[in-house]
Parts: sequence; C-alpha cells; structure tokens
Amino acid sequence: MKNNIIKKGFGGNSFLLFVTIAMFLMMYGIGLTLFHEQGFGTMQTFLNMLIDNAGLIVAAAGMTLVLIAGGIDISIGSVVGLVCMMLADLMQNKGVDAMIAIAIVLAFGIIFGAAQGWLIAYLRLQPFIVTLAGMFFCRGLTAMVSVDQIAIANPTFLGIAQSNIKILFGATVNKRGKLLYPFVHPNVIIALVAIFAVWYVCKYTKFGRSLFAVGGNEQSALLMGINVRKTKFLTYVLNGFLAALAGLVFCLNTTSGFVEQARGFEMEAIASAVIGGTLLTGGVGTVVGTFFGVLIKATIETFIRCDGTLSSWWNKIVLSALLCFFIVLQSIFVIWRARKKS
Amino acid sequence: MTTRMLRPRDIFRQQLFLPIFALCLMLVVNFIVTPTFFNISIKNGVLYGYIIDIINRASELIILAVGMTLVVASSKGTDISVGAVSALAAAVCVRLLGSSYDAYAVPLILAFLACLSAGVLCGAFNGFLVAKLKIQPMVATLILFTAGRGIAQLISAREINEKMVPGQILYVRMEHFKRFGGFFPHVVIPTPVFIALGFVLLTWFILNKTALGLYIKSVGINQKAGRLVGLNSTMIIFFCYVFCGVCASLAGFISSSRIYSSDANNIGLNMELDAILAVALGGNSLAGGKFSIAGSVIGAITIQALTTSLYAMGVTADQLPVYKAIVVVLIVAIQADEFKRWKAAYRLHRKMAKGVAE
Repeated sequence: MKNNIIKKGFGGNSFLLFVTIAMFLMMYGIGLTLFHEQGFGTMQTFLNMLIDNAGLIVAAAGMTLVLIAGGIDISIGSVVGLVCMMLADLMQNKGVDAMIAIAIVLAFGIIFGAAQGWLIAYLRLQPFIVTLAGMFFCRGLTAMVSVDQIAIANPTFLGIAQSNIKILFGATVNKRGKLLYPFVHPNVIIALVAIFAVWYVCKYTKFGRSLFAVGGNEQSALLMGINVRKTKFLTYVLNGFLAALAGLVFCLNTTSGFVEQARGFEMEAIASAVIGGTLLTGGVGTVVGTFFGVLIKATIETFIRCDGTLSSWWNKIVLSALLCFFIVLQSIFVIWRARKKS
Repeated sequence: MTTRMLRPRDIFRQQLFLPIFALCLMLVVNFIVTPTFFNISIKNGVLYGYIIDIINRASELIILAVGMTLVVASSKGTDISVGAVSALAAAVCVRLLGSSYDAYAVPLILAFLACLSAGVLCGAFNGFLVAKLKIQPMVATLILFTAGRGIAQLISAREINEKMVPGQILYVRMEHFKRFGGFFPHVVIPTPVFIALGFVLLTWFILNKTALGLYIKSVGINQKAGRLVGLNSTMIIFFCYVFCGVCASLAGFISSSRIYSSDANNIGLNMELDAILAVALGGNSLAGGKFSIAGSVIGAITIQALTTSLYAMGVTADQLPVYKAIVVVLIVAIQADEFKRWKAAYRLHRKMAKGVAE
C-alpha cells in the first residue's frame, strides 16, 4: 500500500515539483551556512530576491501558460525591453502622463500577443519561428525608438517605483539600536497578484482547464469539443499581456529604457518554468512550481553576489547549466514513463 | 523522362524559383536605386564594388546556412545557437593565438583546429540533447544561445594588473592573420569567398556522391520509417548538429580574422535569424525533409544583399532585425499548409461563383 503511494508519487506529475521545492530548500540551507556573515538569513535578503525578480515572476507565469498549451514564446525578453523603452520614451520625450503610458504599453502587449497568437493558432506556424521573429522585431523596434539610455524622471512613476511597503514581522535591529522593518516595493505586490491570478485561471476556469487538455493532446481536446484554435490564440494574447506587465514591473525596478535591457530574459523565464516542473511537451505544469523556479534562480544570483569574486557572466552560465540539467531530467522522466506504459 | 511543354506554372513550382526570384528582385531594385551597383573596379590591387562586397560579406552566412539547412532537414527544428557558437569558437582561436607582434603563441593550424573542435563540441552537445534525449531542437539550442556568449566572455580574458579579467576584446596583431578575412597577396578576390566556395562544394560532394544526403532527407521526412529501413536516425541527426557546429566555428574564424580580434558580444550577432531566413528563403520547408543546398546559398546571398542595401538606405544595424523579422514571417506564412488551404478554398469559391453566374 505504502509502496503504491511512493510509486504513484514518483510517476505522477508532482514529482518534478517536489524535486524543485527540495532543491530550493537545500540551496537556501547551503546559503544560510555559507553566507551567514553577509546576512543571507535576514528577511530582507529574501524580500530583495522578490523585488529583483518581480518582473521575472510575471513573465515566467505567462511562459508557464504557453508551455502548458504546448507552445513556447521566446519573444518576451525583447517585449520587456521594448516596454521599458516605450515607457521611458513616452514619459520623458513625449510628456505623456504615467498612467496613460502604462495603459498604452499594456495595450501594446495585448496587440502583439494577439498578432503572434493569430499566426500560431490560425495559420498554424511553428511557435518557435513566429516568436523568434517577434523577438528580433521587438529588439529592432526598441532601437528604432531610441539607441540612448533614457532615465525616467516622472514623479508619479518614481513614486510608485520607490514607495516602501513595510512588513510588520521579521524586523531586525541595526547597529544603532533602531528597529528596521523589512520592506517590499509595489512591484512585488503586482507580481504576486498576477501570479495568483494565473494560478486561479489555470485551476478554476473553463479556459484554464481546456489549456491543459489542448497541451496534453490536441486531437483528443478537439474531440472533446474544445475550441483548440481559440484556446491557443487566447493563451498567446494573455501571454502578451503578461509580458507587457512584466516589462512594466521590470521597469519599476530599473526606471530607465535601454536597447540591451532584458536580453536573455526569455531564457530565464523558460528556465524558471522548466525548473518548476512544467513539461516542455505541454499539458503539465503549475505556476506554483514556476514561482519556486524563480526563487532558485534568485538564490543562485544571491550566491554569486555574496561571493563577490565571480564574474556576473557566471549568472547566465549557471542558469543555463541548471536549465540543461532539468530538461535532461524531464526528458528521462518522459522516456521512462512512456516505457512503463508500453 | 518524357519531355513536356514547360508551362509557366511549372516554373513557379520549382523549388529554386523563390530564391532566384527574390535575388533578381533584390538586384533590380538595387540597380534602380544605385545605378553604379554592378560596377567593379580594381583599387589597391584588389577587386572593389557593391557586388564583390555582398559576396564577400555573405561568406559566413553561406557557411552557416549550409549547416542550418541540414539541421532543419533532419530534425525539423532550427539551431539558434550558431551565432553564440561562432563567438565562442572565435574567442578560443584568438585567445590561443595571443597578441604578440612577432609570432603566434601557438601555430596557426593548431589554433584553427582548436576553433573547429570548439564548434564540434558545441554541436555534439546540441546533437546529444536533440537526437538522443529527444528535446525540442530550439529549447536544446537555447541553452548555448544564452550560455555561449557568457562562456566566450570568460575565455576572452586578459591580464590586467596581474589579474585575469574576463569580457575583454582580444586582438591578434600579426598581419598574417588578417589574410583569412581579407586578401592573400596578389589575389584580387577576397579569401572568405574561396573558403565559402570550397566549403559548399565539399558539402555538396559529400551529400550527393554518398548516400548521406538521401539519409538526411528520409530521416527528416519520417524518422520512424527511416529507422525501419535500417537507418540510424539518432546518429544522422547527431551528425547534422555536429556539422552545424563546425559551420558555426568556421564562420567565427572568418569573422574574427576580418576584425583581427575576438569580440564576444558582436561576432555572429543576429546571425541565427539570418541563417534561418536564408534557409526559408531558399525554398526549404522549415518542417524538415527535402532540402536544397543551392537554394540556401542563393538565399544567403539574397539576405546579404538585403542587409547591404538596407545599410545603404541609412538603416542602422540595430534596426535591421525589424525588416528581417517581417520577411521571415511572410515567407513562413506563404509556405504554411493552412495558407495554401485558404488559397485553394478561395479559388474554389470563385470558380463556384462563376459557375452559378453562368
């Protein structure tokens, strides 16, 4: 009986999620022992991880949706870069109000997502080719807006970006005996709301459930009476919106627009989703796992920052290695399961 | 073969029609915009002119496009790491050569072989993930696409204040090294053209005089059927990726020789899109199967012509991808089955409407 449960747990889809959570706890534990002096264990270090990666949380949630539907989107890094540049250009050079600028970029995300979704869902082009083109398109467009770095000085925008939301527990006392409350910026709140919304959509709406069906097996989904094309289309529209939102959240951190911004962001998002147990073959995944995937990436970053001697290029290399490890694990997992079935 | 009247429709259906048509269109447009387009003169003992420039600059792209063609044909996916692998291979080569004014740190041939083996290694890594572990090609190559430049930056380290600092631009200061991206003495045609030509001929020979070309096609059309007739499809796909890695490293070698340095940020930048574009424009289906090396080569030259003429129109390098991305989507959309179905449905609709009218 007990053996059966273990077997089910190992063969089930939640196995990869367990690996991820265990890995995160292990890495956090290692961090606590290795970098205790640098204050790795404080609440603020943990919250800083969320603040720095708020954009990634939103983008990775969107990526999870796309991956569950059996597609992929490698354009989001460029979309984030373009959104930052658009925000900076609209507010600094065109003098547009902060809220209107935000509305414009979010609308842009939806339109761009809809264009990609139409090509993928209705023209049945390969998602890779379409989004690769989208990636270069947006990066080029960013350069067309401006090749200089634009810093945002809009008071409303900076007000949102820099206001601190204090958290009433986990306070530390500094050297002068003053009580310091840990804080987060509003972008973390946006990110957490977004990821919760995505989780809710996946779990409790008709669209979310059909998403899994389409990703699992398109043919059976069609036979079940699900509108496969519409589901795919909507996924990309939602993803486009989330990518633009991620850009906004990212921009709240950097408060500037720059051509090279967020290069390689798509890889980080895919890595976070894959590390979190989302299968690249589609049909399996949760945003909870993705959230832990982002945390693992953030922990690695904090390690490299705490160490201080390593070059920042290691960030990308380690993350790529981790992505590689997890997709190999997945692939073995899938092959193993297929063998068990037959 | 029975001779048949050649109808215009048959010409349209030829695989090479699209690339040749696009190239001619490109040349005609250029000729109208710049009347001196076809002029070739000799300056400083070497050939000089727009056409020479385009063919010269297209060399790397031709080499990459050949490798990409095989990858697309065999595995129905594309290798998006070629640009990063180029940068990595170039960094290996230049780091080994050193920056002394008098002599190379290691013999040139050794550095060249190390450069190629870096490409083989990267290709083998991609090939292993795709062929053996059955990971989607673009996800598998995404790893090196991101990590490749990081590794190249780490290799491009230089000693500053007795500490190795990565992320530097390394220079090779020997005049001799510039010849591979420039000109050999008393030769009027740029060296990269010879390298690309030799490489394409060699590949063509291997693919058409041995059964390998046929194997790649059959694996690409139906992997399972290929295996059932006794082809080791895993091995063939693996080979294609390794080959693509070699192509990328060769392109990296030429690029680094052109600028006699290794710039990990800029060598092979956006080359992956160009290579995919060249393959698609060459009339090769991105869904795998049949392929034509000649088509890809013509495609590559067309893309380079497009790039050069866009530069001439004052578009900066940063903005180029916008136009290319639109072209990619258009070509792929025209090739799509769904689009053909729509077209057929539209024709039928019109025919029926005509029938009703009569």
